[in-house]
Amino acid sequence: MSLSDVLSPFSAWKNLFRDPVTIPDPLNDRPGAPRYRGFHQNDVEKCIGCGTCEAICQNAAIDMVAVAEIATKPGDSGLRPRIDYGRCCWCALCVDVCMTSSLSMSNEYKWVDHDPEVFRFTPGVDLKHWDSAELGYRRPEGHRLTGNERVDMGELEPEARADSFVEIVAGYDLEQAKLEADRCVSCGLCVATCPTHMAVPEYIATIRDGAYEQGVRLLYQTNPFSNVCGRVCTHRCETSCAARHEGDPIAIRWLKRHIIDQVPHDRIKQIAAEGRVSEPSGHQVAIIGAGPAGLTAAFDLAKAGHGVTVFEAQPAPGGMMRYGIPEYRLPYDKLDEDIDVIRSMGVEIRCSTRVGEDISIDQLRAQHDSVLLAIGLHQGRSTRIPGSEHRDVVSAVELLRRITLGERFEVPETLAVIGGGNVAMDIARSLARMQRQQHGKVGVTLVALEAEDLMLADREEIDEAREEGVVIIPSRGPRQCVIERDAVIGLETVHCISVFDEQGRFAPNYDDSDIQLHDAGLIVEAIGQAADHAFLGEPLTEALEWERNRIRIDADGRTSEPWLWAAGDAVQGPDVITAVAAGHRIAASMMAIFAGKPAATR
Amino acid sequence: MAYQADRSQYPSRRPDGSLDIDLSSGKYLKLWQGPQHPGITGNMSVELTVCGDEVVEGKTHVGYLHRGFEKLMERRTFIQCFPIVCRICVPEPDFNEYCYAAAVEELAGLEVPERADWIRTLILEMGRINSYLMYLGGQAGALGQGVIGQWTTYVRDLMLDRFEELSGARIYHMFIMPGGVRDGLPDGFDQRMEETLREIESTLADVKDVMFQNAVFKKRTVGLGYIDPAIVDQYGVTGPTARAAGVAKDVRRDQPYLVYPELDFEPVVGQDSDVFTRADVRRRDLLMSVDLIRQILARMPRSGAVMAPLPNVLHWKIPFGETYICGECSRGEYGYYLVTDGSGYPRRVNVRGPSYTHAMALLERLIVNCNISDVAALMVSLHTYPPEIER
Repeated sequence: MSLSDVLSPFSAWKNLFRDPVTIPDPLNDRPGAPRYRGFHQNDVEKCIGCGTCEAICQNAAIDMVAVAEIATKPGDSGLRPRIDYGRCCWCALCVDVCMTSSLSMSNEYKWVDHDPEVFRFTPGVDLKHWDSAELGYRRPEGHRLTGNERVDMGELEPEARADSFVEIVAGYDLEQAKLEADRCVSCGLCVATCPTHMAVPEYIATIRDGAYEQGVRLLYQTNPFSNVCGRVCTHRCETSCAARHEGDPIAIRWLKRHIIDQVPHDRIKQIAAEGRVSEPSGHQVAIIGAGPAGLTAAFDLAKAGHGVTVFEAQPAPGGMMRYGIPEYRLPYDKLDEDIDVIRSMGVEIRCSTRVGEDISIDQLRAQHDSVLLAIGLHQGRSTRIPGSEHRDVVSAVELLRRITLGERFEVPETLAVIGGGNVAMDIARSLARMQRQQHGKVGVTLVALEAEDLMLADREEIDEAREEGVVIIPSRGPRQCVIERDAVIGLETVHCISVFDEQGRFAPNYDDSDIQLHDAGLIVEAIGQAADHAFLGEPLTEALEWERNRIRIDADGRTSEPWLWAAGDAVQGPDVITAVAAGHRIAASMMAIFAGKPAATR
Repeated sequence: MAYQADRSQYPSRRPDGSLDIDLSSGKYLKLWQGPQHPGITGNMSVELTVCGDEVVEGKTHVGYLHRGFEKLMERRTFIQCFPIVCRICVPEPDFNEYCYAAAVEELAGLEVPERADWIRTLILEMGRINSYLMYLGGQAGALGQGVIGQWTTYVRDLMLDRFEELSGARIYHMFIMPGGVRDGLPDGFDQRMEETLREIESTLADVKDVMFQNAVFKKRTVGLGYIDPAIVDQYGVTGPTARAAGVAKDVRRDQPYLVYPELDFEPVVGQDSDVFTRADVRRRDLLMSVDLIRQILARMPRSGAVMAPLPNVLHWKIPFGETYICGECSRGEYGYYLVTDGSGYPRRVNVRGPSYTHAMALLERLIVNCNISDVAALMVSLHTYPPEIER
């Protein structure tokens, strides 16, 4: 200890001459830093109500609540996050995980009120002065807590697939499927969008856990056509997937297929039969048409112990799944597996039995408690342009059916397809394969009325068709089929400026100065299909209520006749999964009626 | 307090070693220092038995701040644990974030980008400065010198501003995440950090003049709370408390982590192992952190990823495993023991807070024969934060 130890402390007095360092008006002079994690902002238009923020919040500070101004729609639950600032710890995990980047935090942190209730509000809905604050925490670029890139699906290269009907898509292996399944945030927006409300997040979870049998169980709860839908579903679920907003949607369709691919067929049959009622109820149901709608209803009814007979005009069951979808998309053996499971429930399928010829509809009515009409759209529509009556101007559905039936017919070296939808792509790609097999080269020209970006076919179909050598020419309307010496030699088309008029009605506007001739020895029309109702007979046709050439049905699929239900493409398009949903609805509706009345004795 | 040869006033020992205190004798008084008391560090208390103004026995009582973090974490997913770990130690929360993140990364097999390691090191050193500044104010305050606390609070506030612009929060930064750190440095950060460091250096020069070259402070602290270097390992003493006893323990050097192997530093060591030396070691360690921050800012990479790609955190499962991750915090060795069982939740998390050993076993030993007026200074000199005692 020295004298300096006594004097040195007095140096503190020099601070008497310094300015104070205190911020005089902290409420106004001290904004939060640019990255400050303050009160939340939510762009409610961008928000899809997926609830990922609610799921990650470890304080349970976030509740998804219904908001009056926001309607539920596909891909949007209509809910918005309400945040309780008595619980919030400002960690911003909700901002980090937000699937649309709608949620962020402002740099506002000062708010005083005597009422504790005001500190629980829905950002973006309950307006606050910081809603427009430009500063605050935003998710940094590249900072992701969920994967946003889809695992690539292995596909045959164009050279390897262009001349054969071998399935193109390889399917995920175990590791790929796990990675893809890992990306799912289990929000359930897909469940709401799926016509048959498949338990998507739950079955995707079984992939992560490797519990494939449980996965099959979940699939069969809502859909007996998982082999089919796992390959060719229109996957509307993926268009409402939360992951699509800032990345690729989860490959829900491929994951469904992966589950069904992992479990042996015999085990699938056992799982599907769980809960089956073995005691016959005595009720008998006739189903006309062994397509997805008819067979789904048959599956549900037979599983519940009701007697089901399906009448199918074609030699094999499946309807459009077999006769409309080319084999390279849906191999027949996979379709057969799904149908085999349905048969194992006790469903009797009578093939090559055309109602109206081999058995009358009155007979069906007499022998059964109820009848389901589940016919598809097996008649092609014609363009009715000059020359379209020629025998070498054919409809796509007819040709697809002949290919499935195994007919070996000669395909000319050049041909033209009219139409821009998926059926047009199916027939163009099928015929291109046959051309390659027969002539070693492709000569298919596909003309679509719509512009390229408005074509109805899936993008991947268009791209793959081009890879396989099909020439696709958008914005061209058919004018006439050119015939010389009783043989089709080409298709004349004209440039189409617009397809719809200002009121949105179909009214193509052509530029007559731009005419082209496409060489073609065969012209295929793929512009739409119709149902053939002739077998119903005149009295029944008169008795039924109709709506634009379709039988009118109610929400349960019932027609105006109490014993008759109708489903499938003929009354309600457009795809397999919609038909499956209708099949379930109708089976439930029939069973509700059966429950209230004893079976007739025959 | 020197040893009194005349033991007649002191309690005798029973055969089992415990003190034979007869409270009805009129010689002793029970006195509670805490849990509400200005002379206690945080929410704990010491039950003193005094004889005159001399402590004959001190029992520590904790539990006033028990929030059960270790148990809470067993019911939270791995990402959900990230926002709560910082709360285990309020004044220096970053070690919790780092140790937890590093443990998860090791068990999950994540490779953290190099840039994130530099930013993590920067944050840990910034946190150390904050913690020491708080300590210096408390140490001086325990002896009645209020002005030191005012000065260090001012410069600590400047460092909190740097934390705010870097991480978006002042106290609970929640910035070091499993996988890396949330973001890079904001524009102009280096310059503002340099200004802050200069202000800290100038304030510390004043602190040295007023607190350390001060007859009162020396008289009160030199020789107080001597820790025998022989008991350092026996009592699990780490950090500046051990270094002040001449034991050169520093996890940064002994078990290097992050980018410390690339930085130039030597552990600060003292000799006398009393309150004064511990305060001085911490002051010098603080200046070393200032130097380390300058080294880090001069050498850290300025571009590249700061986060490893994470799996979907909503159902992140980590395979079976266990690990212990530690670091040198301002109080000593801070560690996380993490056990995972293949599920989406930690099976067991154990937090080693250095205050656990310092504030309980060690304090009970040092407090005997201490004057009541010195208890606060002695306790503060162990630099304890009760929340890390009661995880």
